[in-house]
Order: sequence, then C-alpha cells, then structure tokens
Amino acid sequence: MDGVRYLAAGDSAVCVEFGNEISPEINKKIRAFKIAVEKEQIPGIVETVPTYRSLLVHYRPDVIGFGGLTERFESLMGSLSGIPIPPPTVIEIPVLYGGSMGPDIENVAAHNHKTVKEVIRIHTSGEYLIYMLGFIAGFPYLGGMSKEIATPRLKNPRVKIEGGSVGIAGEQTGIYPVDSPGGWQLIGRTPLKLYDADREKPVLLEAGQYIRFRSVSQEEYERIEKEVADGTYQYVVYDKEG
Amino acid sequence: MGVKFASGGFLTTVQDMGRTGYQESGMSVSGVMDQRSAALANILVGNEENEAVLEITLMGPMMEFTEDTVIAVTGGNLLPKQNGKDFPMYRAVPVRRGDVLSFAGMAGGSRAYVAFAGGLDIPLQMGSRSTNLKSKIGGLEGRKIAGGDEIGFRAPKTDLPNLRRRSVEPEDFTASERVIRVVMGPQDDCFTEKGIETFLSAAYAYTNESDRMGCRLEGEVIEHKNGGDIITDGIAFGAIQVPSHGRPIIMMADHQTTGGYTKIAGVITVDLPLVAQARPGDKVHFKKVSVEEAQKLYVEQKNRFEKLKEEFERRPQAGGELQAAIYAAVGHEARRYWNPAGTYRVVVDGEEYTVDLSVESEGLR
Repeated sequence: MDGVRYLAAGDSAVCVEFGNEISPEINKKIRAFKIAVEKEQIPGIVETVPTYRSLLVHYRPDVIGFGGLTERFESLMGSLSGIPIPPPTVIEIPVLYGGSMGPDIENVAAHNHKTVKEVIRIHTSGEYLIYMLGFIAGFPYLGGMSKEIATPRLKNPRVKIEGGSVGIAGEQTGIYPVDSPGGWQLIGRTPLKLYDADREKPVLLEAGQYIRFRSVSQEEYERIEKEVADGTYQYVVYDKEG
Repeated sequence: MGVKFASGGFLTTVQDMGRTGYQESGMSVSGVMDQRSAALANILVGNEENEAVLEITLMGPMMEFTEDTVIAVTGGNLLPKQNGKDFPMYRAVPVRRGDVLSFAGMAGGSRAYVAFAGGLDIPLQMGSRSTNLKSKIGGLEGRKIAGGDEIGFRAPKTDLPNLRRRSVEPEDFTASERVIRVVMGPQDDCFTEKGIETFLSAAYAYTNESDRMGCRLEGEVIEHKNGGDIITDGIAFGAIQVPSHGRPIIMMADHQTTGGYTKIAGVITVDLPLVAQARPGDKVHFKKVSVEEAQKLYVEQKNRFEKLKEEFERRPQAGGELQAAIYAAVGHEARRYWNPAGTYRVVVDGEEYTVDLSVESEGLR
C-alpha cells in the first residue's frame, strides 16, 4: 500500500505507520490491516495496538525477525482489498445528563449560547468514532463531536472524577472509565462500566467501533446501573450503516 | 502457607513477564523491570521464565518462610541475608520454615528478584499475576506488599534435580557508567542531524524522577526539527521518548500503551536490564545498532536460557552407568569407586562426564 512505513520500535515491536493525521480514512485502513493480521495468525506476534496513525505490532524476535515479519506484512497489504472486513458496530451509551452527574453542563451551554436541552440534543445526535484506546485502561479517544458544543477545559481540574463521567475538553468528548483526576467539563454520567477487571471482557469498547450517546432519565439510569451490577444488562449494539 | 512479611520494604511487588493482550484497550503490560534477572531466578528454581517473582526495589522487605521451599535471588545486589547471614545470589537455595530473608543495603543495582520453586499462590488476573499499581489489579490486590501480608506457595519443592549445580555467574550491576545499545526510530526522522548526533555522543544521567513507568534522563538537549509532539502513537518497552524539552525519557515496564511524543530510538532487549538496575546519577551513553544485531543478541540470550534449563533439569537415565556408579558410590562400596578427588569419570550415551559424586548423589535424593 502506498505511503505505509514499517518502522522498528526497538527489537520486539514494529510500527506500521499509515499516516500522520487524525482521519477516519486512516483509521479504516488501520482497522482493516489489524483484522487481516489477526486472520493471518503469523507466529510470533504477541499483540497489536491501533492508534490514530499506526498499528504497533509487538512480536517475539526468537520466532520471527524484523525482515521476515515486514515481508509478511508487505504481501498482506497487497491482498488487503480481497479480505472481507466486517462493518464496524455502533454501541449505545446511556447517559444521565446534567444535575449532580453533569455539573458543568450549564457552563457548556452558556459558553456556546445554547440551552442545556440543545447541548443534550447535539451531544446525542451523532455517532462518534473510537479512534483508539489509551491513557488508562478503557479510555476511548473519540472523534466526531460537533464544534457547536466545544468548550475549553476547566481552569482548575478536579481531584476526583467518578468513573463513567462523560465530559467535553475543547472539541473532544470522552468518558472516564474509572475514577481519576481531570479537567474536563462534565455533562453527564453513564451507568455502563467501560472497564471492569473481573468481567470476561474487561474493556467494553474497541478501536474502530462507534458509539452513540442516548439521554436517559434518573429511573432508567438506576435500572441500568442495577442490571450492569447483576450482569443482566443487554448492550445495544448494531452495525453501522454505509 | 508460604511467606509472611514483617515489612514490605520500599516497593516490593509481585510481577511476571507482564499482562499482554490488553494494550489495545489501553492497559499497560507491567511485569518485571529486569526481565533477564527474573528469568534467571525462575530457571534456577526450575520454574517457567514467566512465573511470578517478587520484585524488590532499593530497600528490601523482611520475610519469614512458613513452609519449606527452594528460592533464588538475582538482580541488583541488595545484600540478601538468611537469618542474618549472607545469602548467596544467583543460586538455588533451600529454605526452611522459620527462616528469615532480609536485605541489608544496596551494593549494586536497584532491583532484586526472588523466585520460589513451584510459584506463588497468586490468582491470574487477565492472564497475568503482575501487579499493575495504576489499574490496581494483579499481584496482591493490585498493590505493593506491606508488613502483615502473607503469600502462599502453589507447589513448593524441598529439593530439585542437580540442586548443587543450580547456579550461574552473578551479573554485575555496580558500574555507574554504561553504554546502552539502541535501535533508531520510529520517529528518528523528527530530529535534526545535530540532534541525532547529540543523542549518540553526549552522556546522559538518570534523574531521581525514575520509576516503573519511565526513567527521566538529563543532559544535552536533543534538537527536533519541529518540536516533540506527534499525533499519538504506540509505545514499546524501552522506547526513548524525547518531548519538546529535548531530554530523553526511557519508557519502562508500567509505561502507557500510547503517547504523543517523538521516540528517537528503542533500547534493545538485552540492555534493558541495565536501565532497570540504574540509579539516579548513573550515566549512560547510547550506541546505535541495527535491528538485526539486536535480534541476534535477543536470540542468543534466549538460547542461553534454554541451555541452562536443559542442564539444570537433566537427569541421569535410569539404569545408565552414571546412576549405577552413583548408587554404588553412595552405598557401602563407595570407597572402591571413589577417587581421591571425589570425582568419577563416566560415559553416558557416548558422552563423557566428570561427575562430582557428592553433587550427583544429592541431585538424585
């Protein structure tokens, strides 16, 4: 594939670089390549890590060398268009907006000369691409937020933000997987657990997947929270159109 | 029952070779900082290299054994003591219930490893026993060990084949100035020619801002072409990040999975233990090698481990001459077979061995 670079990252990882910008097209290529590499089951590969720009492939040099591995990748790139790539899925994230769950939603509204209702409508209107996960376990780097609700970070970061909090920082929106300090403008909270070490699949979200926020009432929030704790919650997941 | 801690020391954690498979979810790998020392400790006591060990940092804990087993201590020399007496490092040593293992100081390096034959009774979490302090999982409740803690043994051993021969030459971590070999990239093209030259010629010193996540170095500023920020990219163990301030940070076991700073090079696997064992003030010079050279060294180290394992686990074949000789030697007729040096030459499967009978008889017990 044109413009793809294979860059050594020490002796046990190779950075397969697709570009140097944040774009859904690059993300799509990285996702396709990751799926192709997994299907190929190349011996010696330990794991792969997608980011905005690249797929970092960790491998064991006693099983396969840098030259041998990049040759396999090169031939895989040539046949990439022939490999069926399943459509990305969209997962619904229920959010209780405002109140004590989203204490900064009025800041966001005031900053953008909107009502709280409009902020919620805008925030729940789009599908957000998960470019990658990083920073801490389960933290999604999301793209696709409307500039209409962009708001600078808080001047004084909070010492503790509850896990599940949904916030805005500049033109980005995100969800805190676990309790942590942070300076995002908090607009709501989801009862879903993005990270749960004791769950069979500890991290809920995947790079390349999309999320859609849905506004829920206090009662619904509490019901979902209980279902999540009991392990009976049915996640709403569907294939992305187009 | 297993081992009870009277004190936890400065930072003692349970670590194996790390929690792989979850980096795409943002979960750090963790695991031991010095993989060679930990692997050797495990090999010495007959474990898989990936078995969980104790990683002891600078000031060691004090622990009392509540069950017999065989242990090995490797890595930095933190002056291990068994009941107050010097404890030999890089050797498999049986310990008895009631024995106390403590550490008296720092004679070289900064991290010691203790492996226990048969492993520690620590549950696997997401496929690993490694402690991840940030995500609070693995090891002992995801935290460092403290006084009052107790860890059980999974399958303790009171003896191992070839016990007296289970030792290797200790690695010397006392040098305060080291050459560390690196593979350039992945973002070496973000630096000026002068920047690369600075990186490969200047001496850098470890600062006290060094921990399990990374080692910050100080020294001559490395010049970028357009600053040190990039669109977020993946990070490997040993990656050398250079943010816009121009000073290198070596990413260690607890490093974040991704990051937005330029990485000028990566420390090769066989030299990473030297970084893990460095102390604040120690100096480092970076030397460029090809990825092929680095991988050749990696394979050589792996082969050395395999050879040691084979040597330690080798048992004389039943009914072979060797065994006959040993049985005879340890029996009534010992004198007849024993030469004055206490050694015996035997041929097994066409290969000639010089056997120390006292060692072999212990190995067979």
